[in-house]
Amino acid sequence: MEALLEASGLEAFYGWSKVLHGLDFAVEKGKITVILGANGAGKTTLLRAISGMVKISGTVRFAGERIEGFAPEDIVRRGIAHVPEGRGTFVNLTVEENLRLGAYARRDKAAIHEDMERVFRLFPVLKEKSRNQAGVLSGGEQQMLAVARGLMSRPRLLLLDEPSLGLAPVVVTELFRIVRQINQSDGVTILLVEQDAVAALELAHQAYLLETGSIVTSGPAEELRENDSIRRSYLGY
Amino acid sequence: MATLLQQIVSGLSTGGVYASLALALVLIYQATGVVNFAQGEMAMFATYLAWTMLNAGWPYWAAFAATLAIAFFGGLLIERVVIRPVENAPVLTIVMVTIGLLTIFNSVAGWIYTYTVKPFPSPFPSTPIKLGLATISLQDLGVGGVSVLVLIIMYVFFHHTTLGLAMRAVVENPSGSRLVGIRVSWMLALGWGLASVVGAVAGMLVAPLVFLEPNMMSGILIYAFASATLGGFNSPGGAVLGGFLMGVLENLVGTYVTFIGTELKLTVALAVILLTLLIKPTGLFGRAAVSRV
Repeated sequence: MEALLEASGLEAFYGWSKVLHGLDFAVEKGKITVILGANGAGKTTLLRAISGMVKISGTVRFAGERIEGFAPEDIVRRGIAHVPEGRGTFVNLTVEENLRLGAYARRDKAAIHEDMERVFRLFPVLKEKSRNQAGVLSGGEQQMLAVARGLMSRPRLLLLDEPSLGLAPVVVTELFRIVRQINQSDGVTILLVEQDAVAALELAHQAYLLETGSIVTSGPAEELRENDSIRRSYLGY
Repeated sequence: MATLLQQIVSGLSTGGVYASLALALVLIYQATGVVNFAQGEMAMFATYLAWTMLNAGWPYWAAFAATLAIAFFGGLLIERVVIRPVENAPVLTIVMVTIGLLTIFNSVAGWIYTYTVKPFPSPFPSTPIKLGLATISLQDLGVGGVSVLVLIIMYVFFHHTTLGLAMRAVVENPSGSRLVGIRVSWMLALGWGLASVVGAVAGMLVAPLVFLEPNMMSGILIYAFASATLGGFNSPGGAVLGGFLMGVLENLVGTYVTFIGTELKLTVALAVILLTLLIKPTGLFGRAAVSRV
């Protein structure tokens, strides 16, 4: 067991208010880790803290290197791709342009082309619509584009912020199937933030439960599935 | 009929100048949400630099190219030094800064070069050539041609290069751009550099017609504002089209509405701005800004 990303004493601030209260967590290399929590628990902030978009204190170690305080554009160059909540695609640009931007930080032209073909195989609908503006895609297609764009940077760690948000259950199932495939066949480590605890615990290996900015429980996903209090509050059965 | 055609053709030539300056305004407006009131004076100053080089005996196109290079780095430098510190300030603050730049450039040009009007050479002869019913001078054709060339280069840059694509991404979604690794702040500086280059082209093209003096761009800037407003401040293509329309409109009104003449010329541009804002505030091709609340 080897941690690709390790945070300790992680605190995050919006102005003067502290949103994360000294978190310690690790993302195992080659695994899918999920952070569960209700609205406002600090899940999105946690991802933003890793990718350099909010002011933090504490340490964040990625592949042995301390990255806290780095700018987002430098963190993506080290191999962390952040797929933000609400998708964050460029709606006025075409699908293909969005994907090219995903590879913006890379200089290996030939490999970029290969990767484009690869994400088109993962998401055939994006190939069909490669010349369309991203804004005209359906919600599910936009989420797929956002994930595909993240993959175009050839990340070692993919951060996914509530990919299931606002999508029909059948689309979520399809999306999670692809996420698992990305993890298994390409060996991309994944840190997922989710409200949909049932689907997320199904997918993940490791899980953390976040409540108002603090981690209250953690462990292997199947263990959390069995945990009675989690079952009552988050799984609803 | 021949007069009409004649006026339209020569209007397209000055229209090219308006289109270039309007594009410069739109480039900065799109990237930063701010209208750069100093755009005209920056162009004027660049033209004075070209004049200095020509006076020193440089060949025209060498001076032209050197001026564009200086304009590019000058624009970049202005953004880094003057605009960057107020980047996150309210829009009004940045507007005040650009107005400050306007007066600074204007006075410094007056201080260095005096307010005496100077002739500025044109690389194109004024030989008239016949184009169907209309006659056009090589000068007009050259001015229109160079403007169109610059606009085409800009189009190719924005639509067929990765850097251009990155700049369009920044305009749309700055925080999303940072997540894919784009250095947003440098893209804004690059926008100032490019706008400064396009403005400098406009300045050098129009200087032979209006003569060189520190206030030479003020009327042209108003026409460029009218062009960008008419075409849409968030539509580069619209602003360019607006520029050509304004050039033609200026000529037609000057020819057929006899009481307007040169004294009331600026009024035409202001009327266009006012009418556009009253009837279709986003301009012909602009999109209304939509924000989620």
